[in-house]
Amino acid sequence: MTKIEKNSAFTRRSMLMGGGALVVSIGAGISLDTLLSMQSAYAQGAKPPLTPDQLSSYIAVNADGSISAFFGKMDMGQGLFVSIGQMVAEELDVPFKSVKVIMGDTGTSVNQGGASGSTGIQLGGKQMRMAAAEARRVLVEMASGLLSTPADQLTVNDGIVSTRNDASKKVSYAQMIGGKYFNVQLEWNKQIGNTLYAPGKAQPKKPSEYKIVGQPIKREDIAPKVFCQEDFCTDVKVPGMVHGRMIRPVIAGAVPVKIDENSIKDIPGAKVVWEKAFLGVVADKEWDAIRAAEKLKVEWSDAKPPFPEQAALYDHIRKAPVRKREIGGKEAGNVDEAFKTAARVVEAEYEWPFQSHACMGPACATVEIKNGEVTCWTGSQKPHFVQNGIALVLSIPVEKVRSIWVVGPGSYGRSDADDAAMDAAVMARAVGKPVRVQYMREQGTGWDPKGPASIHRARAAIDASGKMIAYEFTSKGFSRIDVNTNGGAPKDTLAGHFLGTELKSADGFGVPAESYEFDNKRMAWETIAPLLDRGSPLRGAHLRDPVGPQIHFASESFIDEVAAALNADPVEFRLRHVKDPRDIAVIKAAAEKAGWQTRPSPRKDQTGAKVSGRGMAYSQRNGTRCAIVAEVDIDRSTGKIWARKFTVAHDCGQIINPDGLLHTIEGNIVQGVSRTLWEEVKFDTKNVTSVDWISYPILDITETPQTVDCVFINRPEVAPSGAGEPSIRPIAAAIANAIFDATGVRIRRVPFSPDRVKAALA
Amino acid sequence: MKYSLNVNGKSHTVEADPDMPLLYALRNDIGLNNPHFGCGLAQCGSCTVHLDGEPIRSCVTPVSAIGNGKVVTLAGLGTPEKPHPLQTAYVEEQALQCGYCINGWIMTAAAFLEKKKKPTEAEIKDALEGLKCRCGAHISILKAVKRAATMMG
Repeated sequence: MTKIEKNSAFTRRSMLMGGGALVVSIGAGISLDTLLSMQSAYAQGAKPPLTPDQLSSYIAVNADGSISAFFGKMDMGQGLFVSIGQMVAEELDVPFKSVKVIMGDTGTSVNQGGASGSTGIQLGGKQMRMAAAEARRVLVEMASGLLSTPADQLTVNDGIVSTRNDASKKVSYAQMIGGKYFNVQLEWNKQIGNTLYAPGKAQPKKPSEYKIVGQPIKREDIAPKVFCQEDFCTDVKVPGMVHGRMIRPVIAGAVPVKIDENSIKDIPGAKVVWEKAFLGVVADKEWDAIRAAEKLKVEWSDAKPPFPEQAALYDHIRKAPVRKREIGGKEAGNVDEAFKTAARVVEAEYEWPFQSHACMGPACATVEIKNGEVTCWTGSQKPHFVQNGIALVLSIPVEKVRSIWVVGPGSYGRSDADDAAMDAAVMARAVGKPVRVQYMREQGTGWDPKGPASIHRARAAIDASGKMIAYEFTSKGFSRIDVNTNGGAPKDTLAGHFLGTELKSADGFGVPAESYEFDNKRMAWETIAPLLDRGSPLRGAHLRDPVGPQIHFASESFIDEVAAALNADPVEFRLRHVKDPRDIAVIKAAAEKAGWQTRPSPRKDQTGAKVSGRGMAYSQRNGTRCAIVAEVDIDRSTGKIWARKFTVAHDCGQIINPDGLLHTIEGNIVQGVSRTLWEEVKFDTKNVTSVDWISYPILDITETPQTVDCVFINRPEVAPSGAGEPSIRPIAAAIANAIFDATGVRIRRVPFSPDRVKAALA
Repeated sequence: MKYSLNVNGKSHTVEADPDMPLLYALRNDIGLNNPHFGCGLAQCGSCTVHLDGEPIRSCVTPVSAIGNGKVVTLAGLGTPEKPHPLQTAYVEEQALQCGYCINGWIMTAAAFLEKKKKPTEAEIKDALEGLKCRCGAHISILKAVKRAATMMG
């Protein structure tokens, strides 16, 4: 069966070697010499180095004929491993159920970038497909020698290679290489991370030959979870382990100056770990660690409150010096000149708050240091980078660190998981015992890296004939990479900051991803400095579809505003200017499936407190296109919005697993509705004040959309692009446009919480 | 203090601070990893277990308050051989993404469906109000609970 293999429960060598000696019974006369030479060419008992240029780093045939696929990315709950298993099984011509995908352990996989940018299939799967195709090519070549038959006269079914004209002349993968390692070099592009690519000589199959790719296949990790047979990273236990809890300053930026250890002397085994600004406690029992962290008396330095008042956030962004400006997308014409000739200008500004990952559980990691070797069990979606980060923070060689991903309490980007791994490493070194650190709720929400706050200005020039002749769109906000996308360096983690490394905020934002063509068009982004130079609970980082929801909330709301100003139907207006054929296809497909009636917004036929509206938004994301029609109900008396129905047209090229795609999109929609209607990190001048589910509300089951209706545009001949994030991107705008359609009121600030909507409608 | 706890039909003795929440006894002393720490504030449901058939949040229930009550965790609700209808329905509907939240949904829904046969969708939503799922699996969760309700007649 294909499932997530428990990384920590086996050694690769024991698994591979389990079947004992090679046995080949092929009938045909073949000399031992031939057999041995075939093997020495392609197979060996000793493990080649775990490097990206080795086929054995991706694919192994086990003694029982099952296939292990070692994947340097991992599944965050969307069933990615099923799709990877399908791609590998397809290329190898083995049954889907015989492939096990083993993910995210630096001891068994190379760094393919971890979970990142919806590239699990787009880049990670591409590599696994090529590796599997190469494995098949090599195995067929081996069989060709063994069966004395040219390779082109061989066929493979269920891992058995046989001659086309005599099926009795056959040899299995397991017989040829089961339990041994491939000794095959790939053509590695010398990149690691997402862009790692190492094909062999083989060409992958043509889509017309697919039997497994494209089939809806369910996840098999659901049953182990509901029957409590699968551990999370929070469940890892190591002999001799103690429990750690971190202590964060009341005023962000303050450092501990005095600790009263007497304040916790009554708590059994409680010990303080204090180094510079890094402060935590450990105890043998978890509850004692929690109590000690609460009770420890700490005197903090007199830090100046680092943040503006929340109400002044967007003014701060408006007035802050621009640190970097960049033009993005396709620039056209001369925007400034065109605006001088405009008969009419439409302008608007939009605002998006800081948002938290607010994972279901606060992050947890366990670190053991034994005989100079470090093992970290982490929920981080980039364990290979955690390996680097721990090596740097502990000043030990990277090969002495093993980082093992174990599924965590949700992961949607650069969350608190990477910080917890580093904290656990520092604590384990300090106390000389394995340490399990889990944050408390207020730290999970209050201190995780944040999706950055931003403002977005848009303007359109309209000529006397009513044609939109110029478009300018500018985002200005905090960087999405104040800390990097992973915990690969101390500068990117809280532990690093508290131990004295400064934040080195880089500049990252983006521009709308669409194919609108106007005679004059300019899109740009501008970043501003972070509010605190280290250890900030408002440091900007990647949160699912980094800055995508912000930018497209603004850009796709604005397109709607222009359509309304021109009294044009929102879909028809988009189709006037969108030029990419695949974009046009998703917009038309969503509108058609939703039963879109052509008319301008707002509708004018409703009275009373309860009104409804429809809205369209669309965007691209790294090759994927998604158009969404939202249908919402609004209670004007309470300001409460129910995003009742979504029609989603989605084109991510070749679809590997439609079942996984459907669930992935449903998750995107619900999380996107949550971020649009509810989510805003609250703070005061001293610190973040969103610290739990009351102060950081998310969508409730009572608000779940009634219907998510999907149209999948499958393009088997187009390389698959991602699905993990594209459909969260247009949601906020689709809802905003539907609110406008229902009420004639344009809401330009997220979230659309009831009080804000009620005030806007008053 | 020593406490004798009846969990999933077995008796366990736990030595603990009286204020220690049941969650830590279950996870660390008894070795049942299935209830999870989500908030420690009874706001999310990740730690939900049954106490005498009623769903409680084990993260805020002191171990000293359990007395002779019978505690059942998700692991005690059913097995692959004898699954609870909700466990079957969860698998059928693929009703989770990361799955960290499932104790809240399944244990709360199990207690609700014991009492309420053939609930409407609105009644199901009301019964599950306040539980959290960050991945956004709500659409499948609702389908799973409806499916289980049908199975339980």
